[in-house]
Amino acid sequence: MRRLLTGNGAAAWGARLAEVDYIPAFPITPQTEIIERLAEWVDRGELNGRLVTLDSEHSMITAAGAAAATGARVFTATSSQGLLYGMEMLYTVSGWRAPFVLANVSRGLASPLTLEPDHNDVLAARDSGFIQLHAATCQEVLDLTLLAYRIAEDRRVRLPVLVNLDGFYLSFTREPVELPEPEQVRRVLPPFEPSTLRFRASAPVSQAVAVLGGGPYSYFRYEMHLAATQALVAFQQAAEDFAQVFGRSYASVERYRCDDAQYAFVMMGSFATKAKEAVDRLRDEGEAVGLVRPRMVRPWPEEELRAALSGMRGVAVIDQNLSTGKGGVLHSELCSALYGQPDAPPVLTSFIGGLGGRDIDAAELFEILRVTKRAVETGERPPPRLLYTEHELKEMRKLQAIAAVEHPAEEEATP
Amino acid sequence: MRPEGQRDDKPIRKLKQLPARHIMASGTPMCAGCGGLEAINEAYDVLGENTIFVNAAGCMTLLSIYPYTPFRGSWLYTAMAAAPAGAQGVRDALDVLAAKGKLDRDEDLEVVVLTGDGSAYGMGLSATSGALERDLDFLYICYDNEGYGNTGHQYSGATPHAARTATSRGEHGFGGYKKDLFSIWAAHRPAYVATALAAEPLDLAKKVQKAKQLKGPRLILALSPCPTGWDFEPRDALEMGRLAVETGVWPLKEYVDGVVTHTKVPKTRLPVERYLGRQGRFRHLFEPERDTGQLDEIQARVDAYWDAIER
Ligand SMILES: Cc1ncc(C[n+]2csc(CCOP(=O)(O)OP(=O)(O)O)c2C)c(N)n1
Ligand code: SF4
Repeated sequence: MRRLLTGNGAAAWGARLAEVDYIPAFPITPQTEIIERLAEWVDRGELNGRLVTLDSEHSMITAAGAAAATGARVFTATSSQGLLYGMEMLYTVSGWRAPFVLANVSRGLASPLTLEPDHNDVLAARDSGFIQLHAATCQEVLDLTLLAYRIAEDRRVRLPVLVNLDGFYLSFTREPVELPEPEQVRRVLPPFEPSTLRFRASAPVSQAVAVLGGGPYSYFRYEMHLAATQALVAFQQAAEDFAQVFGRSYASVERYRCDDAQYAFVMMGSFATKAKEAVDRLRDEGEAVGLVRPRMVRPWPEEELRAALSGMRGVAVIDQNLSTGKGGVLHSELCSALYGQPDAPPVLTSFIGGLGGRDIDAAELFEILRVTKRAVETGERPPPRLLYTEHELKEMRKLQAIAAVEHPAEEEATP
Repeated sequence: MRPEGQRDDKPIRKLKQLPARHIMASGTPMCAGCGGLEAINEAYDVLGENTIFVNAAGCMTLLSIYPYTPFRGSWLYTAMAAAPAGAQGVRDALDVLAAKGKLDRDEDLEVVVLTGDGSAYGMGLSATSGALERDLDFLYICYDNEGYGNTGHQYSGATPHAARTATSRGEHGFGGYKKDLFSIWAAHRPAYVATALAAEPLDLAKKVQKAKQLKGPRLILALSPCPTGWDFEPRDALEMGRLAVETGVWPLKEYVDGVVTHTKVPKTRLPVERYLGRQGRFRHLFEPERDTGQLDEIQARVDAYWDAIER
């Protein structure tokens, strides 16, 4: 059945089709629609589970982890400030090895306060022990949510999974989405089999206890790391089963028109859709360019990325995040995957854009390719570039004039 | 097999009914004379092993250190602010799984939050209030040692006026006043709220048993004389508890159905000095000179409390 769904709607449907038992919730824009939908279904008896609004995301993530550790299938969702408010518990519950799915609707972090998207929130959770999947379309939001349960509950993995969708661009955008039948979903996603993960009167267990010394601590942390790397295999196998039933196949890294490409854009999330359009237009003009998009960010699919970019002349990494004082996170991650590899592209340019929902338009993508090609030709590597147009600066100046700002910060900062 | 400990529903009336040996294993890393540990021991005897303790950061976190635990039941460590939310997740999961036929009712557990005062009076209060407003079926045991014990006894929201702590070493000690957590809980109209302490084992056991038989949010708030943080000899721990009751500093009471009842009213209250004077944290009230002003104020507050009760 095909339906017009927003990204938020697709996430809610993912949880519903996964037949979740428990949904701890807390509202935050642009995520709120997800929990409102789920609440409505629970109230109407269309979803046989319990939804509870906690006092905060810190509590929400705790409750999610605790319920998963008790053997329930759990879904929860948040965004931005909420994800960071719960940060302590992201690390904590992944250490419990509690498998559940958290949808993050990415949104820029304060300050300044904004509702619009970028990836600094979700990347702040990069090292938390959560597996991370990034969707680019509403269909993917739904499908990745289902696949996320397969990964989380896989006995080799047993870690929570975060599914990211961009605020506004996906959360509020309606797209046609193929809604699977519950029967079909059950074929791909059997009921949660918690085995030893449970609290029961007849089988007392202690979870999350303290350790003394670095030895046992390292043991458990290493174990988590190794389990996380198993998510690559778990994802692949789940995706194969999924493709058999639904005919849609997902790899940890998406390649778009990459076969004979000499150049590639690398980016995550829904903005990659814009890059695809740019690739099509550049291809029309004879440019050998493609797009590479990691769907999986943790574990980091290094082999797949190396294979996708192998032999290319130049790669432009467009980061929708900013690690202040360093640059783009995706760029550094990619460098680490490619460094010293035979056939690795010699040039990896870095661009920061799309912060707080700022658009990246086709003209900019064309320019990005030009800069990258020039770097390849001249052998001179440009520093990371912060995308910002003259027009934007002019508009900003107007606002500053209204606010009677006396010392624009950049006067001090720019040499 | 019938679990050990006080599991029958026969009402506890006499000290004789309390088990001679605790069901919790000994050999924990708590300080000698820890009043908190003793209160937990006494409570656990009544609760029995079909429990899961959901713990927040504090001294008692070190009860379970991999791979050992003194408990016969389950344990889940959460974080300093999060224990009631952890209890919510466990309780909800058990209920939902039972409703779906995925969990046998025999497998059910009493969900017990176990935290210190720092968590209960402060960082965990938002999560606690949330659990109360949702009428969560759980028991909260707070061992109140009147400071952040695990980090070296800095003052918390439960520290009494004038006490010296690691962050109130000045001439007059702590300038604030102990927060009234009992009333904060009672204002939420939960199933049960009680104060207790290890030095009154019968009173504590009765209250835990009563709490165990009720549904909904329940609190046992146990004053926990702490030799390390309060600076007294470990062997005096029970004596310190008794003095807290006999001076009227720690009223033993319970709240049920909107009514607060005092379970033990000292016939003649000892002067508060008898309690304060035994603890290093209040030494500055007596040496080098007597701080009559502060002592009188503390006495007046205790008197005012009981005057209001007895009126
Ligand atoms: C979020 C957070 N902040 C600070 C700490 C450090 N910390 C660990 S235990 C503790 C004191 C807890 O005090 P209380 O709840 O009274 O328990 P007690 O230590 O007295 O047993 C603190 C501050 C922590 N674990 N987590
Ligand atoms: S510091 Fe106090 S409360 Fe903590 S273990 Fe020692 S005696 Fe007990």
